Amino acid sequence: MSRIAGIDVGGTFTDLILVDDASGEVRLAKVPTTMDNQAHGVIAALDAAHADPATLDAIVHGTTTTTNAMLERRIARVGLITTRGFRDVLELGRRTRPTPYGLKGRFTPLIDRALRFEVDERVDADGQVLVPLNEAQVEAAARALLAAGAQSVVIHFLHSYMFSAHEARAAEIVRGLWPNPYVTAGHSIVAEYREYERGTTAAVNAAIQPVLHHYIHRLQSELAQRGFVRELLVMQGNGGTVAASIVAEHAVNTVMSGPASGVIAAAATAQQAGSRPGEFANVVTYDMGGTSTDVALVLGGLPAVSSELELEYAMPIHVAMVDVHTIGAGGGSLASVDASGMLRVGPQSAGATPGPMCYGRGGTRITITDANLVLGRLDPARLLAVDRAIDMTTLHAALHEQIGAPLGLAPDAAAAAVLRVANDRMAGAVRMVSLSRGHDPRDFALFAFGGAGPLHAVSLARELGIPKVLIPARPGLTNALGCVVADLRHDFVATINQPLQALSEGRIATVFAGQVDAGRELLRREQATVEEVLTLHRADMQFQGQSHILPVAIAQAGISLPELRQLFEAAYWQRFGVELPEIRPVLVNLHTAVIGKRKAVSLAAIAVAQPRASLAEAQRGRRKVWFEQGGWLETPLYVREWLPQAASFEGPAIVEQLDCTTVIEPGNRVQMDGMSNLIVNVQGAPS
Amino acid sequence: MSVDPITLSVLQNGLMQVCNEMDLAFVRSAFSPVIAEALDRSDGIYHAETGELIAQGELGLPVFVGTMQFTVQAVIEHVKRRKVELHPGDLFIINDPYLGGTHLMDVKFVQPFFFEGHLWCWLANTGHWPDTGGMVPGGFSASATEVEQEGLRLPPVKLYKRGVLDDEILSIILSNIRIADQRIGDIKAQAAALATGDKRLTALLQRYGSVTVQRAIVELKARAAQQMRAKIAGIPDGTYVGEAFVDSDGVVNEPLRIAMRITKSGQGDSARLSFDMNGSSPPCKGPMNSVIATTKSSIYLAVKHVFPEVAINAGTFEPLHIVEPEGTFLYARYPRPVSGCAAEVSQRIAEAVFAALGQAIPDQLFGAPAGTSGNLGIGGFDPLKNRAYVMYVISGGGYGGSPAGDGISNGCSTIGISKTTPIEIMEQLYPVLFEEYSLHEGSGGAGEFRGGFGVNYRIRLRRGEARVSMVMDHGRAGPPGAQGGAAGGVNKVSIIRKGVVYVPEHLSKDQDISIHEGDVICVSTPGGGGYGEPGRRSTQAVEHDVALGYYSGAEAAAWFGVPKPPA
Repeated sequence: MSRIAGIDVGGTFTDLILVDDASGEVRLAKVPTTMDNQAHGVIAALDAAHADPATLDAIVHGTTTTTNAMLERRIARVGLITTRGFRDVLELGRRTRPTPYGLKGRFTPLIDRALRFEVDERVDADGQVLVPLNEAQVEAAARALLAAGAQSVVIHFLHSYMFSAHEARAAEIVRGLWPNPYVTAGHSIVAEYREYERGTTAAVNAAIQPVLHHYIHRLQSELAQRGFVRELLVMQGNGGTVAASIVAEHAVNTVMSGPASGVIAAAATAQQAGSRPGEFANVVTYDMGGTSTDVALVLGGLPAVSSELELEYAMPIHVAMVDVHTIGAGGGSLASVDASGMLRVGPQSAGATPGPMCYGRGGTRITITDANLVLGRLDPARLLAVDRAIDMTTLHAALHEQIGAPLGLAPDAAAAAVLRVANDRMAGAVRMVSLSRGHDPRDFALFAFGGAGPLHAVSLARELGIPKVLIPARPGLTNALGCVVADLRHDFVATINQPLQALSEGRIATVFAGQVDAGRELLRREQATVEEVLTLHRADMQFQGQSHILPVAIAQAGISLPELRQLFEAAYWQRFGVELPEIRPVLVNLHTAVIGKRKAVSLAAIAVAQPRASLAEAQRGRRKVWFEQGGWLETPLYVREWLPQAASFEGPAIVEQLDCTTVIEPGNRVQMDGMSNLIVNVQGAPS
Repeated sequence: MSVDPITLSVLQNGLMQVCNEMDLAFVRSAFSPVIAEALDRSDGIYHAETGELIAQGELGLPVFVGTMQFTVQAVIEHVKRRKVELHPGDLFIINDPYLGGTHLMDVKFVQPFFFEGHLWCWLANTGHWPDTGGMVPGGFSASATEVEQEGLRLPPVKLYKRGVLDDEILSIILSNIRIADQRIGDIKAQAAALATGDKRLTALLQRYGSVTVQRAIVELKARAAQQMRAKIAGIPDGTYVGEAFVDSDGVVNEPLRIAMRITKSGQGDSARLSFDMNGSSPPCKGPMNSVIATTKSSIYLAVKHVFPEVAINAGTFEPLHIVEPEGTFLYARYPRPVSGCAAEVSQRIAEAVFAALGQAIPDQLFGAPAGTSGNLGIGGFDPLKNRAYVMYVISGGGYGGSPAGDGISNGCSTIGISKTTPIEIMEQLYPVLFEEYSLHEGSGGAGEFRGGFGVNYRIRLRRGEARVSMVMDHGRAGPPGAQGGAAGGVNKVSIIRKGVVYVPEHLSKDQDISIHEGDVICVSTPGGGGYGEPGRRSTQAVEHDVALGYYSGAEAAAWFGVPKPPA
C-alpha cells in the first residue's frame, strides 16, 4: 500500500507520474519547466495532477539543477587546499585539446587560481607519509579562503586513494572553522587513482553542493507547507535514488540524472515486457529528442554503469553513472549540402528555438523533423510544438532549394535522403557505442523512446541488424517513470592496482566488506523504506602494462584469486578473442553498489488504455506515407490507446499517441504484449 | 555511371566506420601505453594499385594523416619488384623510415584485402611501439648519427603468412627490442584490428556491391579535392613566406632552418597551394632529419589544423603541391638518423606553414603553439623492486592566441592527441617522486590575445641510478607570436646532481645523463605565441592575469604596459 509520485524536470516540461498501488490509480501531469526555481514546476505538476502532497508516501524527484549549474557555470565560488607543488593540476589537465584538428579552444578551470592554496604534506604511491601534514598551514589556508569569499572548499592530496588520513584530518580542521557544511575531501567522493580526474570530480561536487542544497531545502519546505511529511528521494546519475537529507553531501552524484532515469525506466519496462520473463533482458536504449539522442545498454536487466564519463571537454566526472552516450542528432538536426556537394545531417541543430521549419517559429532550414513531415511520417495537423503552422508549399520550396536542387533530387527523394543519411549516422554511432563497450548490437533489442525515438527506431534497427524493437506504452514520459521505479543506490570504488599474484587471499573480501558496510550505513541514515538490500560487485582488470581496463562482474564477495583470474581471462577472450597467458593480470579497482530495493511498482497500470474491440476500430484513418521499401504507400493510422488487447498487425502502419508517433515499415509484424508495449519484428536486416 | 548522392553519403560514412572500428579494436586491446593511452596509432584503407588513401579513422594520430599511403606504396613497389605472391591472411610488417615512414618506433602492419578472390584494396595501421632497440631505450636518441643506432629497421616482410604468425621473424624482432615480453600483446592487437577491418569491409561490399563502392571511392576523392579547393580559393593569390627553427640536431649545436614559401594560384577547379622548402638547412648529422613522407604529412596536418572541417582522403591532398626539398634535412636518405622527425621536426614544419599562411589569411591563424612533444626518457634500475624500467614523460605547452581568444595552457603537441600519464600512475610504476607540476608562469606570449602557458615539473629519483635523455625543442627561442604578438616562453631543462646544476649544452636535447638517488630533473615547457599587439589587450584582462599570478607585475608593465606609465 503506497502512493508514490515520480516528478522529472526536463528541459521543456516537468513530468509527473503518480501511482497508487492499493487502488491501481495512475495520474499524469505535464507542466512547463520553471528554470529559475525548478521547485515551482514541481509544485505546479502536483497541482495539475490534483495530488495532495499530504497523501503521498514518497516523492521521487529527478532534477537538472546540478547539470544545468555545471553547463552554465552558475556554480559556487570554490577554494582548494592541496599538496605543495600541485595547485595547478586542476588547470593543466592532461594536455589535451578540444578537437583533434584546429588549435583553438577554451578551458576555464572550476576553481580560480587565486583560490588554490598549497600546504606541506606528501604521501607516496605506497601510502607512506614522506612529509607530515602541516596543520597550521591548513588552518591558515582555510581562513584565507574564507576571507577571499570562498563558499565551499575541496581538499585534494596526491595518493589520497591509498592513504586518506591527511585529507580526513585536513577536512576536520577546515570544518572546525567553516561556516557551512560544504567541505569536500577528494577521497570521500571517489577513492580512485588519477589526480586530475579525482580532483576534478571533487571540485564539481564542491561547485554544485551549495546550489543543490539550497534547491532541495526550498523544495522540501514548499512541500512541507503543503503537508508532505514522508520521504523525498532524489535521482542520481547512477540510476538510483538517495534521500534528500543527505543528497548534497555527494552532490556530484546527481549530475546527469535525467538521462539515467530514462534508462532505468527502460530497463524496468523491458524486464516486464514480452511473452516470457527475460525475453528483453538485453536492450539498447534509444532516446531521441529534439536536439540529441541518448544511447545506453541494459545487460541482464541492469543498466550498464561507467565511472569514466566526461560532462564536457576536460571535465571528467569519475563517479558511477549510467553509461549514457549522447549523439548529436535529434529531430531538430539541420540538413545541408556542403561545399563538396555532400549531404550532411547534424550535428548543428535548430534547437528548441527556432526549431524545425514546420514548427513555424521562424526556422528557415530543413531539419530531420521537416523531412519526416514531408514524407507523411508525421501528421501536420498533430504537431505538438507548433506555434504557427507552416504550409507544405513553403516546406517543399525550402527542401528543393536547400537539398533537392544541389543534389538533383525531387523534394520527396530529397526528404528521403535526409532520413537515410540521418539514420545511417545514428546507426554508426549506436554501433560504436555498443562495440566500444564490448557488445554487438545485433544481440540486443532496441528500446525506443523520447519524442522522436519511435519514429526512427524500426529503420534504425533494420540498419543495425537488430531483430526486435520495443516501444513502451508511454514513450514520452519515461524519465518520470524512472523516478517511480528506481531503487536507492550507493556506489563505491577502491583502487588496488596490484598484480593478482601479489595480493593475499582475503584482501578482496575485506575491501568489499568495507564498501558494503559504508553503503548500509548510508541506507540507515536515509531512513527510507527498503524491502531488501542487494550488493553488486565488480573488478576493473587489465594485463600488466595495459592502460585500458576491462570490468568483470563478481557474483561472490568471497571470490578467490584463481577464480578472479579465470573470470578475467574468459572476459578478455570473449571481448578481444586474444589469450595472453604470458602476461600477469592486474586488479586495478574494486567497485561495490549497495542497492536498497523499494517495493516494485507494477507498470501495467501506467498503460492507460481505452482498448477497442477490434483493430479496425482502433484505426482513425489512412494517409500516404513514404517508405524506403515501396515509396508512397497508403498506410493505416492507429490510435495507440485504442489498440485492442494483444493486437497484432503488419506494416506499413503508423501508430499515433499524444506526444509520439511510431512508424512501422512494410512487412514488419507488430505484437502488443500484456503491458501494452509494442514489439516489432524487424525484417530485412543486413548482417 | 555515377553513384546517387544518398549512397555516396552513406558509403563515405560506411568506409569511415570501418576505420573507426579498426581504431577502436586496436586501442582497446593494445599494451603499449603510447598506443592505448596516447592514441599514437592510426588505421586506414588504401587503393589496391596506387596505395592512395581511401579512408582513415577519425581519431587517428594527426601526424599519420597521409603518411601511411606512402608506406603502402612502398609495400606495393616491393611486391611488384620481388614478384611476391599475395594470399588472404598475409600481413606485412614494416618500419623503414625511408620507405614511406616516420621514425623506427612507428611500426606499420599492411595487409592485402581480398574480395571475391581479387586484391581489392589494402588495410594498414601504424602503432608507436615503446621500443625498437637501438642505443637509447624508447628510441629517441638525441645524438645518433646513423639509423642503425636508432633501432631495428624492418623492410616489408610477411609477419603473417596465410593467417599464421611467422615465429622465426617474430623471434628476430623480439630479440632486438627492450620490454619484448609485452610486444606480443601489441602485435596481436595490431593484427586483430586489421582483421576487424577485413570483416567490416567485406560486409560493406556484400551489401552495396564492389562496383558501386569503387565508383563511390572515385567520386569521394573528387569531392574532397573540390572541398579543399573551395577553402584554398578563399586565400588571395600570391606567395607567402614563413620560417621556423629547430634548436639543433642534437650533435652539432647550431639551429636548423625551415624555409617555407607557399604560393596560392588559380581559381575554382585549378585553385592550388604550392609548398616550396628549398633554402632549408642541408641534411644534418644528428637525428633531426625528416624523411619525405613525414615532411609531406606535416604539411597536410598543418593545413588540416587551419581547415579542420575538410574531409580526409587522397583527394584532399590533390590541390596541395609539395616541391620535394631535395638536398635539405627535410628529405633524409639512408643512413641519416631520423628519430626526431615525427615528434619534433614535423611540428616545426607545421609552424612554418602557420607562419606563411598567417600572412595570407591572418584572421584564420593563431600564434605558434608550443610545438614540442617534450619527450623525456628515464631508464634505470630500481633496487627495491629489483627490476629495470624505462619511464617516459611527454609534455604539453601553451597554444597560440587567436582572434577566437587566448591560447589554452598545456595543450597537446601539434601532431598528437594524447593525454599525459597521471603523476599518481608514474609514481606507482617507477622510483620517482614529482616535487612539482605547475603552470609555467609568464610563458604565455604577450598579445591582444595572449598565448597559453606551459608546464613546470620537477622529478626526484628516489632509488638507484638512471640515465636521462630528452628530445624537445624551442629551447633557443619561444614559439613566435602572430600579428604583432610576442613569442611564448622558451623550453628549459636543468638537472640538479648532488646540488650542482647541469644545463644541457643543446638546451632541449641531450642523452645518457647519469643521475643518482636524490638528483632532480627540472623541466619547463614553452608557452604559446601571442596574437595581436599586446598594447591592445584590455587593462582589465591584464590585471586579471596578474591577480591569478600568470604574469608578475613587472612582466605586465614591460610586456603589456599595464599599469600605464605616468604621462
